[in-house]
Parts: sequence; C-alpha cells; structure tokens
Amino acid sequence: MNQDELFYKSTMEEERVDGIEKITGRAKYSAEHSLPNMAYGVFVESRIAKGTIKSMDITKALASDGVIDVIYYENCPAIPGYSTDATNRPKNVSEWRGHKVLHDNVVRFFGQPIALIVADTLENANAAIRLVKAEYDTVIPEIDFDKLRLDESKLKGTNNYKRGEEKKYKQAAVFIEAEYNIPIEVHNPMELHATIAVWEGDDKLTVYDKNQGPRNTQVTLARTFGLPEKNVRVITENVGGAFGSGLRTWANTPAACIAAKKIQRPVKIVLTRPQMFTMIGYRPHSWQKVGIGADNSGILQGISHEGISNTSKYEDFREGLVNVSRYLYACANVDTKYSMLPLDLSTPIWMRGPGEASGCFALESALDELSYKLKIDPVELRIKNFSDINPESKLPFSANNLKDCYAYGKEKIGWSKRSKTPGLLKENGWQIGYGMAVGVFGAGKGVASVRAILNNNGTLVLETAISDMGPGTTTSMTRIAAEKMQIPLEKVKFKLGDSSLPPGPSQGGSGTTSTVGSAVLLACETVQNKLKELAIKFAPEFANKTVTDLLVENSLVQLVNNDQVKISITELLKIAEKSNIDITVTSTGKTAQELKFATNSFSVHFVRLAVNPKNGAIKIQQVVATADAGKIINYKTARSQMIGGVVGGVGMAMSEEAKFDTVTGQIINASLHGYHVPLHSEIPPTDVWFVNKPDNNMGELGAKGVGEISLIGVAAAITNALYNATGKRVRSLPITPQKLGFKA
Amino acid sequence: MKRCAISDTRRGFIIKSASIAALYLTPSILVKAYATESVIPLPIPKEKLQLTINGKLFNLEVDARTSLLNLLREEIGYTGTKKGCEMGQCGACIVHVNGKRTNSCLSLAVTNEKLSVTTIEGLANGEALHPMQEAFLKNDSFQCGYCTPGQIMSAVTCVREGKAKTKASIKNYMDSNICRCGAYQNIVDAIYEVAQSGKKI
Repeated sequence: MNQDELFYKSTMEEERVDGIEKITGRAKYSAEHSLPNMAYGVFVESRIAKGTIKSMDITKALASDGVIDVIYYENCPAIPGYSTDATNRPKNVSEWRGHKVLHDNVVRFFGQPIALIVADTLENANAAIRLVKAEYDTVIPEIDFDKLRLDESKLKGTNNYKRGEEKKYKQAAVFIEAEYNIPIEVHNPMELHATIAVWEGDDKLTVYDKNQGPRNTQVTLARTFGLPEKNVRVITENVGGAFGSGLRTWANTPAACIAAKKIQRPVKIVLTRPQMFTMIGYRPHSWQKVGIGADNSGILQGISHEGISNTSKYEDFREGLVNVSRYLYACANVDTKYSMLPLDLSTPIWMRGPGEASGCFALESALDELSYKLKIDPVELRIKNFSDINPESKLPFSANNLKDCYAYGKEKIGWSKRSKTPGLLKENGWQIGYGMAVGVFGAGKGVASVRAILNNNGTLVLETAISDMGPGTTTSMTRIAAEKMQIPLEKVKFKLGDSSLPPGPSQGGSGTTSTVGSAVLLACETVQNKLKELAIKFAPEFANKTVTDLLVENSLVQLVNNDQVKISITELLKIAEKSNIDITVTSTGKTAQELKFATNSFSVHFVRLAVNPKNGAIKIQQVVATADAGKIINYKTARSQMIGGVVGGVGMAMSEEAKFDTVTGQIINASLHGYHVPLHSEIPPTDVWFVNKPDNNMGELGAKGVGEISLIGVAAAITNALYNATGKRVRSLPITPQKLGFKA
Repeated sequence: MKRCAISDTRRGFIIKSASIAALYLTPSILVKAYATESVIPLPIPKEKLQLTINGKLFNLEVDARTSLLNLLREEIGYTGTKKGCEMGQCGACIVHVNGKRTNSCLSLAVTNEKLSVTTIEGLANGEALHPMQEAFLKNDSFQCGYCTPGQIMSAVTCVREGKAKTKASIKNYMDSNICRCGAYQNIVDAIYEVAQSGKKI
C-alpha cells in the first residue's frame, strides 16, 4: 500500500466529529432553539411583480386570534440603516444593501415580503395571512430574459477584455460558434432559511440565524441597527446546506429583529419552501456565445466569449461568467464581453461554482464541438492547449496537474471504448456515449483569527466565528490540529458558529480549508512555541536550551535530538503554575500577486451515459470525478463533497429550471415537486480520485478547496457524452426529451 | 371509543379534519391564488390528544390545525424531525407512525390519537446507536445533516419492509427523501450494508 492509499484508508475509518449529533437528531439548526415567550412571524407576499401598494388593510388580520402585530411600511419603526440620507448617517451605520424589507410600498418582484404577521403560534400567524388586503398600482414587469437580452439598451455594466486580436477565431482553419443558455437555478438547501431574534434592552441583540458567516451577519446587523458590534451576537451552530444562499443577509433576518424589538418578545421566522425561491437569491439566468478556432493540428488561435446574466432592477449582481475563457487554456487571442440584464426579479446570489459553473458549460461544450470538427480526441485537444501559466495574469499556476486527472479519468471510465463518431456505440438497444469536461475555480487564502486553549489535561480547544454548511469543516480543522500537535483527534475540540468567537471568513468560494486551516496551523505553532518557552524557563532539564532545540508532540515537550529528555504538558503547566495556555492568532491571506503565482483548483469529470433512441430517456451510467486541489486533508469528507458536486451538476444538466409566468412574474414551479432536484434513483455511481499533491505555494497546509470544482464542468461532461451517444448537441439546459427531438 | 372532542361522530370528525387539512395543508402557493378572505375566522379551540412518542405517553391539548411535524418541533421540542417543505415532497419530516413511515408534515397531529410515533430521537437505544445510524456514520452518508433524520427513518422501514435486497430497489424506495448535498451514493451504501448484515432492525 502506498502513502496515498494508507492515508485514504486511515481517514475512511474516521467519522465526522459532529456526526453523532447529526444522526441522532441532537444537532440544533437555527430554527430549533426554543426561547421563552417566543412569537412567530410569517410574511405576507406581494401578488404582483412590479408597482406600488396603494393601500393595505391590516385590521382584520390584527383582530384575528393570537395575532400580536402586523408590521408593514406604515408602522415599521425607523431603522438607522434604512435611511438614504448619507450626510447625517452615524459612523457606525451603513445603508442596507438591497431590498429594505417592510420599509416602503414599492413592489420590486413577485412574492416580495410586504408585511410581517406576528402571532403567538405558527398556526394563528398563518391563518391571518389571507386577511391582509393589499391594493396595488400595477406596472407591467420585465421578466422575459430571452427576449429582453436582445435589446442592447436594456443591458448594463458591460465589461470588455481583450488580449491579442478580437474575433481572431474567425480566421482559424477550423472554428465553431455556438450559443448556450442556462435558466435560473435555485439553491434549495434542505434547511429553510430561518431567524430567531431576541433583544435585551434597547441595544443588545442576539440572533439564531442560518447563514454561511456569523461574523458577516453580525457586522451587517450592527451596521443596520446602529449598534456596537459587540452588542450583536449571531449564533449559527449548524447549517443545513446553503450552497451560496447564506452568503448575505436576507429579509428574514432584519424582519425578525424589527419585529422582536417592536413587540418586545423573541420572534422566529422560518421561510416556506416557495419563499426559498424568491427571498434568498438564485443562480442567474445566463446566455453565452462562444466562438473558438484552432489550426488543423488543434492549437487554439482565438476564443471570443460573450455573456449576459440577469440581475434585479434594484441591485447589481455580477458573475465571472466569461472569465474562464481568459485563463484555462493557452491562447494568444482572447476577447470577452459581459453585461448584466436587470429584470423585475429579486437579486441573484452566488450558487455553487458561481460564474465558472455556467462559463465552463459554454467553454467546455464549445471545445468538445471543436474537437469533432478537428477530428481530434477531446482530451488530446485540451492537452495540446495546456498552459503552465495563467495566460491572463501571466503568473505561473502554483500547481496545475490536469494531465494527471486526464490520464486517471480516461482509464477509469474506459475512454478507449468511446466511439470517435457519434451515435455508433450501442448496448441492449441503447445508444452509449462518453464525455468529459474541465472545471476550474480560484483557490484563495484569506484572513482568519483562531483562539487556541491548551488545557493542562492535554486537550486543545480551537475557536473561530465561521459556520460549517456541510463540507465537514469541523472535522477537517480537528484533523489539521491533531496532526500538527501529534495528539489524538479526540483531544481536539473545534468550536464555531458563534460571532462572539474570533472573526473568521464566510464559508464560500472554496476558501475555508485553506484560510481557516492556515490559521489553525498558526495557532498550534504558537501554542507549541509558548510551551517551549515555558519549558526553557521552568523545567531544569531544558535550561540553557533554545526553542529550536525543542519539539512538541503527543502532549510532551522534548529535545529534538534526545527524546529521553522530556516533560509532559500537564507537568510543565503545573510547575509554571498555569492552568492553560490561551492565545489568539490571526493568519493573513496572500494575493496571487504577492505569491507570484496563480492559485486554482482544477477538476475533470468523465461521464458514460446511455440514451434510449425510442423516447430520449437518459441514464447516466458512471461518473469519474477527478480533482487537483492540493493536499487532501480528509479523504472521506472530500470524496463526499466531490460526489455531492456531481449530484448538483446532474441537477443542472438534467432538470433544474425555475420557470416564470413572464406576464405576471410569478415562478410557476416554486416547490420541490415543480422544481426537480436529483433523487436517489437518478444518480450515477461516482468514482472519486484526487491528485493529492500538496500545493506548497499555498503555505504549509498545501490544501485548496473542492466545493466549487466538484460541480463545475459536470453539466458539460453530460451534454458532451450525450452528443457522443446521439449526435445531438444540447446547448440549452436542462436537457429534455423535447430538446432531443422527442415529443413531450 | 371517543376519538376526539371536536365532534360527536367519527364522520363529523373526518369532515372537519378534512376541511382543516384542505385549508392548512394545501401548498400556500395554491391557497394564495384565491382572493383574500373577508371574514375573520373564529378562534380554534384546542383538542385533546393522547399519543405515544418514542415510547412515552403524552396527554396533550393541541390546535386542531397543527401538523404532527409542528407538534413535534414547536410544541414538544423534538427538533430531530426536520421541516423541509411542508408539502410531503422532500421526506425530511419522515417519522414512523405505528411502524409505518409517514410524512409528519402531511399528518394533522389530532389524527394520531392513540397512535405510536417514533422519531429519530427514539431510534437509538440510549447511547447505543441503531445499526442504521452506525452505518450512516461509517459510510459518511450525510454532509449538512439536515435531511439525515428523514433519510434514516426511511432507511429503517426500507430494510424492514424487505425493499433493500438490491441497490436499485433501495434507490426506488428512497426517492421519497431528497438530499441536496448529494450524499445519495453513501446513503444507499449504508442501507445495503445494513440489509446484507442480516441484523434484525
């Protein structure tokens, strides 16, 4: 067994440190805290997409059994962060970004919260929703993305990039041009977004809130309500998935705070599943056009990548939709153009693999199309245009082991069985196809603070204000600390999910492991140095030694060159008359420029699927997911994350689409029945493989994230395999039998 | 046998519970398509309810509109049973009622009179985990953990009902339970492992 296999085997035998809590139902999610005298808040939603509310009659709702208050624009207390008056704004206040809930009578999207009913029970609150009567002045909304994007006057925020010559691909010996369309996708984590808010007096606020960054929510609330940060505590113990939806603070959070203050009781708001489609963001609708050309040997001559994605009318949301074409492959002539299209919808938000997930669908589909025209194997085509340096920044990639991924994936999926001509391979009457695609995402390392408390019994407690939405951060951080300190996992306790802990980043952009992991390493190193200093000062056997002569492992301080000279941590703290060592450190991030490297994670997905030629039914038979994400901290949880990304990608390719009535602006499939996410029986067996080479330019940890790359490229690998099976190219997601030419 | 204080006859009870169910369990998206109501509904009196939860007898007074899910989570504090959609579409709220798996969000609490409910909190025997829980831990069959209680409750009846003989039949049975993190493969592995072990669960 080689080192990799030994490591994989050992982590596969470990269990998630928070596992028992989750499988016994003891783990508490944000809505599951019970406070004395708690009231329930439910939103009344707008029944139009655009216009103003002429009048709202709340009298019947107020008279309904158990209703305590109905809060709306006429009676909503003044919120410092809601004021648009910048000149008189106190220093500790920032203007709320986006829709100011319960603030005004303007309707910006269908299903906008226009009033909050607060009652003693959930049943009484729900019963009063239909008693609120709103009269509207309606304006016809602009909803139809496909139509409106054609009108250039509707576009905004256009951003152009060019290196070499523009539209150079048109002069290449072989080129293709194609358009790609991806509808709105909705995160739909299983846990509904929820907030419980409780005030102590006028200026102390505690909220239990679902988000991906308790620190971020704390700052947002402090600045909205004009409170000192220390007076706002955000508790986010467990997060039931988020995938990006928790990266900002949505209406439920300030609404619960407003209501709790107004009625002087704790208030809980839990969104409904339909509200999860309108109130917490989504992956924007995108249209892309790619032109790509190569010489006859397959060397890329030019890439032009144009993209439009929607935002709301009241806020800009930009995605790095076309950026991937600038840096994934060596190509001298690249031009990209990106614009936003504002619609009368709520504001989008990053969703797993933001930008690149949509961008790679277009680029990796286009490369596949080009490969058939060139009659070059799609993997070969990618290898021919491989780049060691990031062609956009001209910085070398800190590591780029894509070629290892290609080699492993080809072997594992059985690439040699693939037919070079589409539609030729058959099995039991089904058409068989093979496809692959690359995924890439930035791998940054940011700022994080960690407190470490080493107790005299040898246990180590680590604390930081981050949240764990499911990837297994708690487990990975525990492992990093246990390895560094050379102590068993059980001796490490990693605490998170509380803004009163030292500040940490929001969990997003695949940056948690590298960022917080580096801070954990620094904290452990600092503790070790403190121990060494104490040993030199208090333990006679280490007198006259220097810290470099000493090492700390397995709860002992000992000499590097003589392990017989040692003292236990317990004994050392005793003679030093200390009950513990308690330190807080901050690990700083580094930009690519400071590093002089471009840092990215890469993935390559291989797919084998079968298509029934009679009705277009598709069975994805096998997926091989390979990734280059530096050193893997925990194979078990990283593998699970990769498998989960494939499931997300299958949803993107096969079924996920928020459908709109373009006349009213209402989502017509806002439920888990209408919006189909992949189920057990729709998931292919997935093999996972990691390059698992530490990226030394990322610091001692050598690890990069896998959260985004696990999904990026999956959809293109599926449509590419579909083309290989049938000769039919689907450029507009999701794939449906109709798009393959079959009747519904 | 007196079923419930809400009406004298079983038929009356069915009619009333059905209309309550129609009002309160209809997906809100449909309800809201109708015009707003002009009449303030009368306060709903509490109903007596006796049922067993995880082996413990409860004598309760509950709002007739309360779902079994909200009774467990909001009234009793058994928050292990999760709320994911309240439309019976996701399976996060699945519990066992007299041994049968049930979407607790679609079951009015008062319809569970004299019945026996088992939730995720009642599956382990004290600190000793249920074999299905152990298999979920070992196979890393969850990430965020939110759908997990529902998956485990379904998984247990999947094996008990003899639907876990092949991975394909497990998948079909488990289509009732959505996992958005995408732990499906590891969930099926766990169920298959428990089924193959032949342990009586």
